[in-house]
This record gives sequence, C-alpha cells and structure tokens, in this order.
Amino acid sequence: MKYLILIYGDEKAWVGRSEEEMGKVFGEYMAYSKELALSGAMLGGASLQPTMTATTIRVRNGKTNTTDGPFAETKEQLGGYYVIDVPNLDAALKWAAKCPGAKVGSVEVRPLGIISAADGSVAEMQQ
Amino acid sequence: MLGQILDQVFRREAGRVLATLIRQLGDFDLAEDALQDAIARALERWPNEGIPTNPAAWLTTVARRRSIDLARRRKSHGEVSDLAAEAIDVEEGPATISGIDDDRLRLVFTCCHPALAQPAQVALALRTLGGLSTREIARAFVEPEATTAQRLVRAKQKIRDARIPYEVPQREDLPLRIAAVLEVIYLIFNEGYSATEAESYLRPDLCGEAIRLGRLMVELMPDEAEPRGLTALMLLHHARRAARIGADGGIVPLEEQDRSLWNHDEIGEGTALLDAAIALRRPGPYQIQAAVAALHANAPTAADTDWPQIAALYGGLVRHTPTPVVQLNAAAALAMCGRLDEGLDWMNRLAELEWLRDYHLLPAARADLLRRAGRLAESAAEYHRALGGVKAPAERIYLERRLREVTA
Repeated sequence: MKYLILIYGDEKAWVGRSEEEMGKVFGEYMAYSKELALSGAMLGGASLQPTMTATTIRVRNGKTNTTDGPFAETKEQLGGYYVIDVPNLDAALKWAAKCPGAKVGSVEVRPLGIISAADGSVAEMQQ
Repeated sequence: MLGQILDQVFRREAGRVLATLIRQLGDFDLAEDALQDAIARALERWPNEGIPTNPAAWLTTVARRRSIDLARRRKSHGEVSDLAAEAIDVEEGPATISGIDDDRLRLVFTCCHPALAQPAQVALALRTLGGLSTREIARAFVEPEATTAQRLVRAKQKIRDARIPYEVPQREDLPLRIAAVLEVIYLIFNEGYSATEAESYLRPDLCGEAIRLGRLMVELMPDEAEPRGLTALMLLHHARRAARIGADGGIVPLEEQDRSLWNHDEIGEGTALLDAAIALRRPGPYQIQAAVAALHANAPTAADTDWPQIAALYGGLVRHTPTPVVQLNAAAALAMCGRLDEGLDWMNRLAELEWLRDYHLLPAARADLLRRAGRLAESAAEYHRALGGVKAPAERIYLERRLREVTA
C-alpha cells in the first residue's frame, strides 16, 4: 500500500540557523532517504520551499481567485514529503517515526487514494 | 432453557468465529453480517438437530458460505475490499480451528491499535471482542446510539482504508502494544467502577466485561505478566462492590467497609492470579497496584492493614510511573504508616502543580489527613474545596458527611 509522509514543522525556526546546523539536518535527511531507497520502499519525495513562496488558487463560478500564501495559516507548515510503498500502516508508521522531522515537528501519514497516476503508479509519475 | 444455552454458546463462540472470519475476509462489516446470518441459521436448526460438537466450526463454515453471497452482492455495488473479493474466490475448505486463538489475538491488537482514537478502540473492543451490541455500548457510555454507531463505522473504515494490519505486533513493539490493550481494558473497567450516578442501573456490567477481556488476554498471552496483574487488580477491586456504597448512597471508605460483604472467591482468585504473575518475574505497574489491592483485600480488619508494605509498593510505583495521581496515593500511604506530617508535606507540594488544580481528590485526601491529625478547621476548609469540584453524587454524599463530622 502506498502512503504519503507529510513533514510539518515551524519554518521560522530555520531563520538564523548556522550553516553547520543546517548541514547536520540535511545530512540526517540524506541518510534517511538512502535508507528508504535501499529498503525498496521509496517511491519519491521532495523538500518544499517556504510557505512565503506559496500561491493558492480557488475557482468559483468560473472565476479564478489567486491569493498569496498557503491555503491555511498554521503553526506548523508542510515542509516536505515522501511517498512510500509498504505492506501496511504499521510499517508506514515505523518509517514516519524514523523521519528526522518527527523529532522537531509533526509527521502525518496518509494512505494514497485510488486516484494517482493513470496506471496507478506514483513512481512512474515522479519520473 | 435451550435459549439460555444457545445464548451462552454464541457469547462464547462469537468472538472466536468473528476473529477468524475477519482474517479470511479482510473486512469487519462483511464478517459481522455473515456471522449474524450464521447465528440466525443456527437458531433455526440447532433446536431440532441439537448443538453440533464443534459449534465454532459449524458457525465458521456457515458464515463463510454466507459471506460469499454477501460479498458477491456488495461487489456488484462496489462496496467490498479487494481482499474480500479475492477471499470469495478461494476454494472453500473445512473451517480450520487451529490458530483460532492467533486470530483472536490479532483482533485484540487491531481493535486497540494506537492509530485509532481511544474511544473508538474501546467501542470496537466491546463490540467485536466482548460481543456487546452498539446499543449496549451507547448506553454504557451514556451517548446517543448514532454516535457509537458512527464511531464504529469510522474505526472500521480506517482499519480498511489505511490498512491497519490484522496481525500480532513484532516482538520489539509488543510491550507498548500490550500496554495499549491493557489500558483500553482498564478504561472499560473504570468506566463501570466509578459509574455511581443514578442512571448506572441502565449500564451493562462494564466491570464484568473488562474482567472477561482481561481473562481473554491472560489466556491468549500466558507468558506475559501484566495481563495477569491487571486481571488480578480488577478482580480484587470488583470483589468489594457490595460494600462500596452505603445506605445513604454515599461511598464507604475502605476502612469502614463491611468486609463480610466482600466476595471472597473473587479475592482468592485475584490473589492467586497475582501470585502467578509475580512468579513470571517481570514486574509492572498493574502487578504493583494489584499487590496493594491484595493487601487491602486480605486484611481481616482495617486495623490489620499492612501500611508499611503498601507504602513501599507505592514507592515502587512512583519510580515506575511518577504521575501526580500516583504520588498522591503514595503520600496517603506514607501518612497512614504513622508518618502523617511527611505525607501532608508531599501533598502540599503536589498542590502547587498546575496539573492537579482541578483534581478534587487532592483536597479530599488532604482533608482526610488533617482530620486524622485533629486539625479540624483546616480539614473542613479542604472538604469545602473538594466539594467544589466533585461530580459523582456518591462522592458528594460522602464528602458532605465528613464535613459534618469535622464541623460538629
């Protein structure tokens, strides 16, 4: 079963971090990504730019309304994600607990729905 | 008469059969519907043909056959999982009974999965493991039946859609997952134990249900000590039920209870279960609490209570789980060993914690110690504070009586 791992954290916490600190976190994510890939569970993933770069679109009655910012202002923001393929929720929760973001923010695990890529394969879509 | 026997058989076998059906069909709802149909069939046939030698196997076979029709019908409506759709294509063999306990264990862990909200875990455990109807669960938790039904539907949906596994957790996860199961069972017990409101007569016997689930865990995990500890604890508390409420409707404190009203068979069973748990040499918080309950239950009179031993046990519990409520009990036990001032000092420190600000049992405990110390004016002030926060009528009646005593 395919799951989306959503990594939430306070993006303001990054402001003023030393290069050394940033490098350490980056290293942790690299190691985590490598472990996921080697296990065969990794289908894809990315880090996201901060929410200040976000634009939200709503189309109502054929009229497009464009607003600056994310769809909702929250204390923790979506900062990145992984898509994994594992047998069940327990396995997905194990990977989520290993995610470096879980130690400082929150990690949400959501099973993917039946609508993904045309052939049902997220991996294909990523390439 | 036959009706009663059939009831007992269904009650005993339904959990086993359901657990196996859920594994085979991969679908809670389908398994429940198929089992209901099989039970209806049994009610038609068993009165004439007699109860089969293996009722569980009979029910499983009939329910499986029935599930094929049900699944085909639902499949055409697109409301059945792939797993169930596959299951109906598998050649139907004789129902296997071996491994049925494994199925029940799987069911226990799925129902008490931490990815489900705890009220949902409780409802699901009572529904599928305890065999209670949705209506009975709703009554027990004093909520509309639709709320309980909705809770159950959502939980089953999440199990299916997020693929919460139907399996016994891996060894490394087992201690935490067993603790989660025991917590659900103890929650059910406490819901029944402190159900001292007027409408309590409407409740099904939640304490009895919790003890049944505790026994089930003991049976399914005989090498684990804490399920025995919890079941012993529940039996030892439950044994005192006839003496807990006085003629005035208020709770009767332990030292004033009529010990001849205690159920001594249950005390014997609880004590033996605790001994068996301790023999496994894997201590835990439920065993410690059961040991305290056993010391109370086995003391011939209140004056014979081994308070030094109880204080020592609470000391161990504080090291294990240093929550304010555990500390409050430890402080009270210390005071009862003749170290009243130390107990009071401890409680005074606890009173400064934000955590216990609205916890009425803290002023109640302080009032009790101050009363024993003869500091009646201070005691009355604390009883007043406790009365400000108390909700259960039986507790209120007791606190009011004490207040009258210290102000008389």
